[in-house]
Amino acid sequence: MVLRFVVKTDGEVISEAIPDVGYLHRSIEKIGEKVTWHGYVPYTDRADYLAAMFANQGFCMAAERLAGTEVARRGEFCRVIACELNRIASHLLAVGTFGQDIGAMTPFVHALRERETINNLMEEICGARLTYNYIRIGGVGYDIFPETCSRIAEFLDHFEPIVDEFNRLLSGNKIFIERLAGVAVITKEDALSYNLVGPNLRGSGIKWDIRRDIPYSIYPELDFEVPVGSGHIGKLGDSYDRYWVRICEMRESVKILRQCLKMMPKGPAIAKVPRKFKPAAGECYARVEAPRGDMGFYVVADGSEYPYRVRIRTGSYTAMSIIDKLSKGLMIADLVALIGSLDVDAPEIDR
Amino acid sequence: MEAQEIYSRLERQFAGQVSDFKGEVKEPYLTVAADAIVAVCCFLRDDADLRFEVLSDLTALDWPKEEKIQVVYHFFSYSRNHQIVLKVDLPRDNPKIATVESVWKVANWLEREVYDLFGVIFEGHSDLRRIMLPEDWVGYPLRKDYVEQEEYDGISTQRAPLVEKLLR
Repeated sequence: MVLRFVVKTDGEVISEAIPDVGYLHRSIEKIGEKVTWHGYVPYTDRADYLAAMFANQGFCMAAERLAGTEVARRGEFCRVIACELNRIASHLLAVGTFGQDIGAMTPFVHALRERETINNLMEEICGARLTYNYIRIGGVGYDIFPETCSRIAEFLDHFEPIVDEFNRLLSGNKIFIERLAGVAVITKEDALSYNLVGPNLRGSGIKWDIRRDIPYSIYPELDFEVPVGSGHIGKLGDSYDRYWVRICEMRESVKILRQCLKMMPKGPAIAKVPRKFKPAAGECYARVEAPRGDMGFYVVADGSEYPYRVRIRTGSYTAMSIIDKLSKGLMIADLVALIGSLDVDAPEIDR
Repeated sequence: MEAQEIYSRLERQFAGQVSDFKGEVKEPYLTVAADAIVAVCCFLRDDADLRFEVLSDLTALDWPKEEKIQVVYHFFSYSRNHQIVLKVDLPRDNPKIATVESVWKVANWLEREVYDLFGVIFEGHSDLRRIMLPEDWVGYPLRKDYVEQEEYDGISTQRAPLVEKLLR
């Protein structure tokens, strides 16, 4: 990770930890003004390469809403399947590296092993393992084959017991719990004031998920829970709660995937969209629930072939800004736990 | 609450300082006078019916033809499940506005980013430094008329097109 902190300490105790970001700034927002609407989709991959599917979806949703494009129904299912697989992969990396940061090496290897299987499935779906460029305006690039569907179902059957194994290995581990329970508590007020989103917000006990509360795509038809932190080990909103929400979300994603595979209709995976895509002048703000929370695409069109402005609001950026406040009084080793529990992702901060 | 109602509430409270309500677009927005922004934000957050707990996004738009920079605020209320967008027009040659850091802490970093990339000065901000770019960078990249400096610290920012390089 490309993160830098300027830390002032008194012995082991931190008095100030100022994040220094910008090392991965690739001016993705400026590039948006220079390429066509269709041409921008691959660039959104790079905004968050651990969860590229969501950035694809966010931008495409914004473009579709601006132009009034109807998305192919099978395409919506393909989107949700790809996104939820991507969410599991991203959360696996988050909890795996989190364990590693705390000093548990083995769970990291287990998590990456499962993530590898997902990457293989993704390669089968869209031909890429990280930067997918799968979701297009109007649907998805390629349909998902029935063989791939059955392989996804196989993986889900295999993966559910793995979560239990993971819990036995890491979540219930005494050292792990001692390191996290009650550490770096984020109160509800702080979570709102700093606009934390996704698992970090839900870890503080606020039940808010865009998939449920501002429904998009086919999520209203699906049945799933929104896990929130309860402070069952330490205090509400501590590092353990944020970790636990991610573990629970993986199970929910499995549930969603099973339903999608069952409900998937036949038909085209992409709607007819003109190659010269020119939405009328206007603006729109599309939100998707990415693994790191609410990802907002504020897109302004001026009626030309190029977006006038693309703004990407990401969850890691705001999560990063709260670290300075929370780190006061923490031990240096706990700073690592705090950063890991927020699951900040450097490319997503800098864009 | 519908956007129209939110607007009429604001209009009653801040007569003459809110205007240009656009309700028929995807995300309804209204324009606020620059000097009223902090008061309007406090009202949006604290009013019992509005309860905008979060500032979802704060960004800017550059309109060189109209000679203005628009600062755009996206608000959302989890408890009431409604949203509104505020826009503030600032003169392009001297964009200055009061910070809303005291209302939402997240504004600190969001405003720093807008300062860095658009050059909008947020008065009263506790730590107004560049955030993405180095402190000694020249210009504001997200402005429409931005021209990149030719080199930074002795490193060229230009690159010859690949084909030319191969032909050489």
